[in-house]
Amino acid sequence: MTSISEDSDKEKVRSVSVDLNNDASLVIDIPDALCERDKVKFTVHTKTTLSSFQKPEFSVPRQHEEFIWLHDTIVETEEYAGLIIPPAPPKPDFEGPREKMHKLGEGESSMTKEEYAKMKQELEAEYLAVFKKTVQVHEVFLQRFSSHPIFRKDRNFQIFLEYDQDLSVRRKNAKEMFGGFFKNMVKSADEVLISGVKEVDEFFEQEKTFLLDYSSKIKDATAKAEKMTRSHKNVADDYNHISGALNSTAADNNTAFKKTISVCVLQKLEDRVASDQELKLTELLRYYTRDIQAAKDLLYRRARALADNENSNKALDKARLKGKDIAQAEENQKQCLQKFDKLSESGKKELTSFKARRVVAFRKNLIEMTELEIKHAKVRRLKSNNTLYGSKLSIFLLCQKSLGY
Amino acid sequence: ISSSSNGPKAEPMLLDHDPDDLFAEATEEVSLDSPERQMILSDGPSPAITPVTINPRADVFDRSPDQDEDEEENRDTFDIQISVSDPEKVGKTSLSIFSRDEVCVKRRFSDFLGLHSKLASKYMHIGYIVPPAPEKSIVGQRLGRRSSAVTELDPDAKACLCCRYLLRTVKQPALLKDPDVLQFLESSELPRAVSTQALSGAGILRMVNKAADAVNKMTIKMNESDAWFEEKQQQFENLDVQLRKLHASVESLVFHRKELSVNTASFAKSAAMLGNSEDHTALSRALSQLAEVEEKIDQLHQDQACADFYLISELLGDYVRLITAVKGVFDQRMKTWAKCQDAQVMLQRKREAEAKLQHANKPDKLQQAKDEIREWEGKVQQGERDFEQISKNIRREVGRFEKDRVKDFRVVIIKYLESLVHTQQQLIKYWEAFLPEAKAIA
Repeated sequence: MTSISEDSDKEKVRSVSVDLNNDASLVIDIPDALCERDKVKFTVHTKTTLSSFQKPEFSVPRQHEEFIWLHDTIVETEEYAGLIIPPAPPKPDFEGPREKMHKLGEGESSMTKEEYAKMKQELEAEYLAVFKKTVQVHEVFLQRFSSHPIFRKDRNFQIFLEYDQDLSVRRKNAKEMFGGFFKNMVKSADEVLISGVKEVDEFFEQEKTFLLDYSSKIKDATAKAEKMTRSHKNVADDYNHISGALNSTAADNNTAFKKTISVCVLQKLEDRVASDQELKLTELLRYYTRDIQAAKDLLYRRARALADNENSNKALDKARLKGKDIAQAEENQKQCLQKFDKLSESGKKELTSFKARRVVAFRKNLIEMTELEIKHAKVRRLKSNNTLYGSKLSIFLLCQKSLGY
Repeated sequence: ISSSSNGPKAEPMLLDHDPDDLFAEATEEVSLDSPERQMILSDGPSPAITPVTINPRADVFDRSPDQDEDEEENRDTFDIQISVSDPEKVGKTSLSIFSRDEVCVKRRFSDFLGLHSKLASKYMHIGYIVPPAPEKSIVGQRLGRRSSAVTELDPDAKACLCCRYLLRTVKQPALLKDPDVLQFLESSELPRAVSTQALSGAGILRMVNKAADAVNKMTIKMNESDAWFEEKQQQFENLDVQLRKLHASVESLVFHRKELSVNTASFAKSAAMLGNSEDHTALSRALSQLAEVEEKIDQLHQDQACADFYLISELLGDYVRLITAVKGVFDQRMKTWAKCQDAQVMLQRKREAEAKLQHANKPDKLQQAKDEIREWEGKVQQGERDFEQISKNIRREVGRFEKDRVKDFRVVIIKYLESLVHTQQQLIKYWEAFLPEAKAIA
């Protein structure tokens, strides 16, 4: 069981949320989380001045499935069709550290004690990193709701925050999973729909072009960034092995080797760089890939509404021609138009604020990432310089000695 | 004349002469004065001969008064600089060596092998550590991968390997004087070293001998009277294991760093495309700049991988092979001891035979027996002398080896650290240039 508590590091860890907790009337965070085997239990902590809540401050334990329940419920709420629904947080993935732990267990006999301890330490650090990441992503998910004027009032959201019993969210059974799969298939057909629909509004035309293109590019960038980060981790791992091997050779009483070991302290820094890069850049890209998808979903819903609108117009014309069911068709058409207009209006607002949010988040993360890179490079340079100086000095002294000075 | 851009230049290696060294006097004659080095283009069928320079220089230091052969070594040194640059493949690898006598020689890879086998047969059995032959291909094992890959070395690496081999060879005072070595370095035509081909008769004979040696090693149970040897042998066993492990780790590092470089380049392209797609102008520009930074970093990774490889990995590989040679020399000592023992056994037998003959009273055979006894007494004496000599040589060689090892590693570590410092310097520069771009996003 691992837990993290209130951590000043968390401020830095919160990489993609930008000022989401501005409004003091509803402040949400996840100060604590427990990991039991496969399950992560998040402690969702709320502080509020809103009267709609029973208490001003409270905490509830929630599991990942309950977050998904909340997301799906919101998605299915017709009323929110014109809003960008915050993307669901991905499932906590401890596969990496778990695999490493397995390897560690297998290789225990073939390693020295120091190597084993070092690998174990590394493993724990990786575990912690994954942990922090998943907490952060769940936290941001909730904060998107709390900072949104419409979502924060949602009844299901409030239940999620307040209800101190288990929400008894069943795991999706086979039928529902299949249904979900079917829904995804339909969704990709909607890509065609979105691109196919005749757009009169220039704003949406532009948005459509932009989002479709950007979506594929950011997916690609995310994948490449992940690959790069993984490679970086591999390099750090290698340094770990090297320093382990050097440790055993240094028992050989050779100062030259000892010097190289300090070089391998650099390994530790490589590792830090790898996980900082991971957190800043990769997480940013990952998050916005999902967010872009949510924006696309909004476009889809609007496109659907537009299609419906057109259909209702056609139906009305037909009814007028036939002289039958005119009132009904008129009513239908009015409703469709209303829905479409509403979607367009809120959609425009959402997409505009989305762009602003995205730009701010990128800026913040790029700056932080760059500052970290500089900081780490400076430390590595300092360490290398010191070791270098030490080595040169010792050679100089050795030469002096052998020349008889 | 083009020179290899990737491989580092060979280092001038210092030669230390032991005052006890029989050849110490002789080497001084070889010290050459230092006129200008002249580059001469090779005339020969193979194109693109790149300059290789041997640049001996005599630097004479004051002789240290301390004659202790274990500690202070005579600093009567001279520097030989050999650099080998990239060969072009003309059927086989060929190298040009410029000597100061303005002789340009071309050497095939198999020539190196031939030189090695000659030196090995001459010197190993008396206890000199002969640098192992360069290998055409390496069997490398990647950490985490189950299979070992046999990779043909690229020409640059091969050239460096041959160069280091030569340098190590000439560092050995005895070997430097060896006529074969001198011929190798200077004469324009070398008889084709046919016996180095793997499947030749000589090659097969070598393999058989190797197998026989291995068997013998297992059967010879030597009474080690000298604790120094026992200790050293153990040390070298340990060192062998450790270096191999280290080497494997470093090879893995090189591999992963190359992979990192590829992935960084790929990310850079992707970021550039993302930047193009981005409709917010300032962010778009920042993303393009990010892509450029990552491209530069990719280049840094490549350079670092080269440093990793050429400095550390190759050095480790060399030492793994050298230690095999060292162990071989210890084995030779065992063989010598065994020979000595055998001779003693023979002598004993002859003496017993003689005693028997005395009783049997066969005067003619008796004389023969007495002759044989004398012969074997001589052999025993020779065997003991050989054993003493080889033991002495080995002690000296091991001392020299260890000093060289420390020096080699120190030099390499310093270079490596310098490369690391440089990399960090560049990284700082790139990211500091990018920071204002990121801040400019509005």
